[in-house]
Amino acid sequence: MEYMCLFYVPEDASPGPEVYAECIAVAEEAHRAGAMVNARGLEDASSATTVRIRDGKRLLTDGPFAETKEVLSGFFIFECASLDEAIAWASKLPQSRYGSVEVRPVRALDH
Amino acid sequence: MHSTIDGEQIDRLFRLQGSRAVATLARIFNDLDRAEDAVQDAYAQALDRWPRYGLPENPAAWIMVTARNAAIDALRRERTADAKRQLLANLEALIRVDTSFDEEAMDDRLAMIFAACHPALSEETRIALTLRFAAGPTVTEIASALLVPQPTVSQRLVRAKHKIKRARIAFAIPEAANLPDRLHDVLRAVYLIFNEGYASSTNRSLVRADLCEEALRLAELLERLLPGQSEVSGLHALVLFHDARRATRVDESGELVLLERQDRSLWDRRKIERATSLLEGASRHSAGPYLLQAMIAQEHARAATWEATNWRKILDCYESLAAIEPSPVVELNRAVALAYADGDEPGLRLLDAMAARSALLNYAPFFGARAELLQRVGRRAEARASYSRAIELTQSITERRFLEGRLAGLTPLESH
Repeated sequence: MEYMCLFYVPEDASPGPEVYAECIAVAEEAHRAGAMVNARGLEDASSATTVRIRDGKRLLTDGPFAETKEVLSGFFIFECASLDEAIAWASKLPQSRYGSVEVRPVRALDH
Repeated sequence: MHSTIDGEQIDRLFRLQGSRAVATLARIFNDLDRAEDAVQDAYAQALDRWPRYGLPENPAAWIMVTARNAAIDALRRERTADAKRQLLANLEALIRVDTSFDEEAMDDRLAMIFAACHPALSEETRIALTLRFAAGPTVTEIASALLVPQPTVSQRLVRAKHKIKRARIAFAIPEAANLPDRLHDVLRAVYLIFNEGYASSTNRSLVRADLCEEALRLAELLERLLPGQSEVSGLHALVLFHDARRATRVDESGELVLLERQDRSLWDRRKIERATSLLEGASRHSAGPYLLQAMIAQEHARAATWEATNWRKILDCYESLAAIEPSPVVELNRAVALAYADGDEPGLRLLDAMAARSALLNYAPFFGARAELLQRVGRRAEARASYSRAIELTQSITERRFLEGRLAGLTPLESH
């Protein structure tokens, strides 16, 4: 069974390098234990775009999704050259029609 | 001779040419901050060198090359990684000379506008960003044009630059499928640039020819990119009609000349003909806002005299416009057209009905138009109050002088 652990932090939190080092340590420990699947950080919430399709029309919102009645139910990671490509993929997901798809850049590994 | 180059002149050159260089570098870096830093560096060098050695032969090319070199230096100072090597190669290739320079720079400008108009940015951000990077006004000027505090504008710009960089909003003309989504904003951006040039909100002189010409060229480029789109043709025709009258809008002493008093023999016939043929080619079926505004401008352009203006047709256009895109400005113009078509009293009644809505209470042209109609129907005390309110509200020095002239021209009230 795979479990996804999602972290939620205060919007204005700016974690220092010690937080990053701690995450690496956990990942190494999990790797030794054979429990590590994957982990990545995301760019901050202000880089998010929320995609919704309603009546066949695409609606984009600047920022993370803010609908309290919707809950996280899954994820895709796409490799894309630009936000437009990512939005095009997000628009193909059925969840964009009855829920929301938040498109958030995955933080590059070198920072 | 060299001493005649002052900071103000350099500022003026950098406003437009500098924002062109920002657009080109932003496209390479996908990073507005880096691009701005490089152009800022070129600006500092210009301030230092130009007053001493004189203006370079081609200031636009000088700014581009100097900013590019500053960008290369900045990149070299950082540790060179593979990605940076690619960027350096792109930058080195960026040697644009003579004719190709301008053409490609225009593509970059359009790409910049499309990035600034990306629907993943909030609407108020798109407006601030487009104004800043396409028309080149300062943050203070944008704040006063948008009627929001300066820190708010700065904050929006910082946030937008961050999002463009982090989320990788491309500086590119989008593929066909994404064009319609953005066209509305892009057309508005070009219109805003033209307006900023045509009726500069804060500039000491009313008209900024460089911005008018920039908007014309962008409209032409859009037309080439999207042939047969009636709103694109409409916008192009609209700016051409207005621009044809540019020379007659201000007199020798820099005072505003109303359309009514402009010397129609000086209007640029070539531009009017070009605009007219654009409208002939455009489908009138479900005309959009730019096409309708162009049709209004066409009525003014084709009237041999002010008295010969077909106000009925203009009123029709404003009514269609009010139905699809109602705004205080459209309502105001509709009332003015009604006054000319049906008489001052009905026009005034419509204006007074509009005054009940708060959006217009800080809008100088509303009080200017109302004062004019009140004066014509002989309600001079009210006209005087309305002119005074318009004078209080206007941001433009030229417009203020004009309004003060109108106020002074009102014969003093007889005491009784």
